[in-house]
Amino acid sequence: MRKRSLIPLVYILFLLLPIYWLLAMSFKTTNEILAGFTLFPQTFTLANYRTIFTDPTWYWGYINSIIYVSINTVLSVLVALPAAYAFSRYRFLGDKHLFFWLLTNRMAPAAVFALPFFQLYSAIGLFDTHIAVALAHCLFNIPLAVWILEGFMSSVPKELDETAYVDGYSFPRFFVTIFLPTIKAGVGVAAFFCFMFSWVEMLLAKTLTAVYAKPIVATMTRTASSAGYELGLLAAAGTLTIIPGAIVIYFVRNYIAKGFALGRV
Amino acid sequence: MGIELRGVTKRVGAVTHIKETSLTLEAGHFNVLLGETGSGKTSLIKLMAGLDPVASGAILMDGRDVTRLSPQQRNISLVHQFFVNYPHMTVFDNIASPLRVAGMAKSEIQGRVEEAARLLQLTPMLNRRPQELSGGQQQRTALARAIVKESRAVFLDEPLANLDYKLREELRDQLPDLFAGRGAVVVYATSEPEEALLLGGRTALMHDGRVVQFGPTAEIYRRPANLTAARVFSNPPINSAPVVKQGSEVRLGDTVRWTATGAAAGLADGTYTVAIRPDNVLPFPGHGASVAMRGRVLVTELSGSESSAHFALGAQNWVSLAPGVHPYEVGEDHTFYMDPAKCFYFGADGALVA
Repeated sequence: MRKRSLIPLVYILFLLLPIYWLLAMSFKTTNEILAGFTLFPQTFTLANYRTIFTDPTWYWGYINSIIYVSINTVLSVLVALPAAYAFSRYRFLGDKHLFFWLLTNRMAPAAVFALPFFQLYSAIGLFDTHIAVALAHCLFNIPLAVWILEGFMSSVPKELDETAYVDGYSFPRFFVTIFLPTIKAGVGVAAFFCFMFSWVEMLLAKTLTAVYAKPIVATMTRTASSAGYELGLLAAAGTLTIIPGAIVIYFVRNYIAKGFALGRV
Repeated sequence: MGIELRGVTKRVGAVTHIKETSLTLEAGHFNVLLGETGSGKTSLIKLMAGLDPVASGAILMDGRDVTRLSPQQRNISLVHQFFVNYPHMTVFDNIASPLRVAGMAKSEIQGRVEEAARLLQLTPMLNRRPQELSGGQQQRTALARAIVKESRAVFLDEPLANLDYKLREELRDQLPDLFAGRGAVVVYATSEPEEALLLGGRTALMHDGRVVQFGPTAEIYRRPANLTAARVFSNPPINSAPVVKQGSEVRLGDTVRWTATGAAAGLADGTYTVAIRPDNVLPFPGHGASVAMRGRVLVTELSGSESSAHFALGAQNWVSLAPGVHPYEVGEDHTFYMDPAKCFYFGADGALVA
């Protein structure tokens, strides 16, 4: 092997180490994990995964997460599309300030909003519902989606819109059949980031749910049983949380490069 | 068939982009909008296409007021300077799109698209996407989309400006045939005087947001109504300088003088502005070029079959454009000759007097 390929290889191994460790732990028994250092599972077990897929409190965590993450992603992108179009195509009073103000929503830590959201949702009966978490996450994801989409839309010349109008397209028809396909990379990237932020966000999701919409991240923090922490089970749950993100990133990997090129990711 | 502009203006904020303009453009020949970048050609086209609202005035198409109609309702076509096609559609779908939106039957669309593709030599590319085509093919796709429907007006906004020289000539030759007999009003914007002359038809000279002259192209080239029109319709820029007429003699500076002939002979004594086209300032005498102008050569350019020279005469810089290759020495004095019969004289108000 040549020297040059050695360095990236070491780097990749270094990056993969924690993921490998998590994966290896998920196939070990908790006793083995606590016993000491083992590179490979000595007693290979699928019991941890079996528990997750058979115990409703576990697998419902995943279902709940996927429900509110999906609602949030769809909602964020749908709301952001017209907003981004307006920012990219029209000049109006205070447009630049408004655009900046949207982004400032992302600058405060989620914890700041946890209390007002909790109080508000409790008062109007939204507490512990999927839509509650989905809406709360919109606070962060809509500005992000607007920001990403605006970049993609502004890279499309205004002449495309004009050509379509002259050709006879009405605005809605143009937007859906011409403009959206033209910026589909942007929609993919925006949806990906909304998905990711919503998927990994824990504080709001945990605060705004109790039983019915309890997300997987919340389930994972409540695993101290009478037998102490079930580390193997936790590792299996952690491994499973990586999978949706990995699938999504596989589909949008080429688009994200485009987003970087536009300076909007 | 025609487009009529009645006192149309356009403002963006406090800035007036199009000053009050009245113009009648007819079908059957090219209507060229000629002017430099920023003179308002694109603005005027956007008003006629309904893409921008007018601040005042009215636009009529075939006698019907369309001022308040959207572009969709005007039944027009538009080709931009940049190659604008729908990137996710094949060339076939691109050309077919205006027909599909209009709800035409599938079988008829097929025939029409194939016909348009044949006219523009796009038949082998019908299943490709615009990005896979060369610039010339992309622009031909846009042109095909513009001719495939029977629009009442076709706006071509510098459609050849971004093409290389060869393609431009090729496509320019095709254009008149493409629109002949369609009955649509063809409006063609360009910044090149040469292109206007090659396309013929009628030309509207635009400068600073207004039409300074409109008429048959060759005629307004021969008789610019005013100094601005003469400047717009000349490339390289037309030479102009103050002259004094006294009796039958015209004096330009201290050294150049000639005898006024033709209409100029009848002018009253006084000061005028003379405009002399660069191709009437030649490095050799003959063919009527008899008036000597001596000046120091500043810059020379050789473009294939033509030579141009900038030279200083008095306080003025002059441009000469002559056929053939001429050896000029930069920094040396050189004598040029011009034909006084081909000069334009403008009065104090800038209007052509002779």
